Amino acid sequence: MKILVGIKRVVDYNVRVRVLNDGSGVDTDGVKMSVNPFDEIALEEALRIREAGNAEEVIVVSAGGDECQQQLRTGLAMGADRAIQIQTSEALQPLSLARALLKVIEREDPGLVILGKQAIDDDNSQTGQMLAALWDRPQATFASKMVLNGNSATVTREVDAGLETIEVDLPAVVTVDLRMNEPRFVKLPDIMKAKRKPLDVIPLAELGVAVEGNLNVHHFAPPPQRAKGIMVEDTAQLVQELKNRGLI
Amino acid sequence: MTEREIMEYDVIIVGAGPAGLSCAIRLKQKKPDLMVAVIEKSSEIGAHILSGAVIEPEPLDELLPGWRDNPPPICIPVERDEIWLLSQKGRRRLPTPPQQKNHGNYIVSLGAMCSWMANQAEALEVDIFPGYAAADIRFTEDGSVGGVIIGDMGVGRDGQPRDTYMQGIEIHAPVTILSEGVRGHLSKRLIKKFELDKDSDPQTYGIGMKELWRVQPGKSKPGLVQHTAGWPLDSHTYGGSFIYHLDKDRIAIGFVCGLDYQDPEFMPFEAFQQMKNHPMVHEMLEGGEILSSGARAIAEGGYQSLPRTEMPGALIIGDSAGTLNVPKIKGTHQAMRCGILAADHIAETSAVAGFDRKLRDSEVVRELYKVRNIRPAFYKGFWRGFIRAAIETVTAGKLPSTLSVHADDGALRKLEGYTPPDRKWVDRDLPPRDRLASVYFAATAHDEDQPVHLQILEPDICSTRCVEEYNNPCTRFCPAQVYEMVDSAEGRQLQINSANCVHCKTCDIKDPYQIINWVTPEGGSGPNYQNM
Repeated sequence: MKILVGIKRVVDYNVRVRVLNDGSGVDTDGVKMSVNPFDEIALEEALRIREAGNAEEVIVVSAGGDECQQQLRTGLAMGADRAIQIQTSEALQPLSLARALLKVIEREDPGLVILGKQAIDDDNSQTGQMLAALWDRPQATFASKMVLNGNSATVTREVDAGLETIEVDLPAVVTVDLRMNEPRFVKLPDIMKAKRKPLDVIPLAELGVAVEGNLNVHHFAPPPQRAKGIMVEDTAQLVQELKNRGLI
Repeated sequence: MTEREIMEYDVIIVGAGPAGLSCAIRLKQKKPDLMVAVIEKSSEIGAHILSGAVIEPEPLDELLPGWRDNPPPICIPVERDEIWLLSQKGRRRLPTPPQQKNHGNYIVSLGAMCSWMANQAEALEVDIFPGYAAADIRFTEDGSVGGVIIGDMGVGRDGQPRDTYMQGIEIHAPVTILSEGVRGHLSKRLIKKFELDKDSDPQTYGIGMKELWRVQPGKSKPGLVQHTAGWPLDSHTYGGSFIYHLDKDRIAIGFVCGLDYQDPEFMPFEAFQQMKNHPMVHEMLEGGEILSSGARAIAEGGYQSLPRTEMPGALIIGDSAGTLNVPKIKGTHQAMRCGILAADHIAETSAVAGFDRKLRDSEVVRELYKVRNIRPAFYKGFWRGFIRAAIETVTAGKLPSTLSVHADDGALRKLEGYTPPDRKWVDRDLPPRDRLASVYFAATAHDEDQPVHLQILEPDICSTRCVEEYNNPCTRFCPAQVYEMVDSAEGRQLQINSANCVHCKTCDIKDPYQIINWVTPEGGSGPNYQNM
């Protein structure tokens, strides 16, 4: 079985994100970029499945400009066997990305697709769901545990009410949550090996997927700044101050 | 414990700063077949680099002749120099000494420049590994340095392997270059082991703190270089500020003070914030926002404190050795020269022996010799130092005497019998409010489940002698509030918030008992500076 894992290049989670002065986006000048942490967990799970003998090959795929090859190489260094870059200079919205991933699925015929439950930049959490629908295969989202049993998988999902366990037939799309696993560290010699692993570049146009913009972003703004607080002497003053502000 | 995996290189360089990267680039230019690797503890190249920085471009011209057509991302020619002597509210313009004339120099972000240099090095097939910390030295059977050992990852707070445990590998190389920057933890060990400092004065340091601001449009005058002395420091504390005006409404502002200060109650971080409150500076920053902030120690000992820079199998270059020119307040050009010189020497001789002689005959040390008496002249206070500095400058360091340099850890006065100067510090309103607010802008991150990388060799001293003698100065000199005294069931004890650490090394230097030992945390930990 082949496992396809989607990874996205995002602003690193340690970076203090800053909105550009004109509100057109966030400042990425000199900013550290990383693999989306949920995608890293997806890849770790795929590697563990392969290491347990339940898969033969793990393929990482990313859509973006050539800069995303850096994140694909990280995936290869973690242990993926090969990488595919869907080459595009446009930022793909979830629907276009799902369509592009479907074309890759048609070429590769994976038995399982694992994605992060969302990307930490736009927090859409849509691509996995859309992909499953387009592919007409089952989906198991927000997974914190997965057990493969031949042609199906038992997946524990993190839902509002607690944990929900479902069984899906394979092939399926699984999107993973934070508690699925803790990704491994990359071994130094594996970085060197990753440089020699195959990385195929497929222009988006070659997949026959049009870039659609169903969503329009109007502007970005930082959250309003918290007003300066005051120190109160006692409860009576607190109550008075709240009353003065019409809060009670 | 299994045998560690081994990777072999011809040259292993520890630290991807200007010295290490210059060395790597030059080595591959001269000998393309050499296998050269650079390891760097920060999560990506430049993330632990903090500097002003105004740089002299001459070593860049030598190393990368076409660089002006493809300059580093932030690179602004200096247009004008100003030096101001501040009082609490007033200011007086001072003449610019020749060392501080910056015509022909550039204002850069040294972090961004290192990242840019790393790309050039990779294009020459240097293997660069950010996120991997050299935790130890690998010695060969004859006792010489034979490479480094990368730190283990995934070790718990208790020292036991976690699920993600990954053993660090050994990198073997006949030549190891230590370019760790100021007070490198491996350099420190090797200087001691090989007694490299037995013929030199102790090293002396400063602490530099920096903030990168985006200010209101029109407040930044790209190319303007300003320095200040005076307020808020007393005349017995050496230091001052830099204000470098960048493009895109950005200003890099920083404050440096000598770590030989005497007052145990002194807090360098607060001195920086007080300086920002001066009307001249406040007016510039008001209404702006901080983009990044951090701190780093600076080696100020210069000529007198330069240790031997070679030992069997290894060289120490750049700020790890201490080649910064204090009156110029510049170290980048010196570090790069060291890197180039080391590479040329290795390319010619395929060995380390003889490098120290070459370094001492080079422009690097000639430059340090000329200004050798300026920093120690300030031991006797600002004005006496100022006059001596002027004399040394006019005579270009040709007077025969050489002042000696003292160590910083002994400079602190005990509380008993010491009257601290009345600092007249004021309430202030610009951010950051305090050190924790400042650390936020350093984006520093350490996995909390790892051994504490700040080792206290004799913990009893903290809650006994140190309380009485110095009132725990670590709780004040650390710019990231790593050290706190807290009440517990066993009495008042030191708490180490190691996750806040910005890797500046001040504690390792200034602790009066020398019982704080800074070792590297897990690779990839530490600050994530942006354009610093």
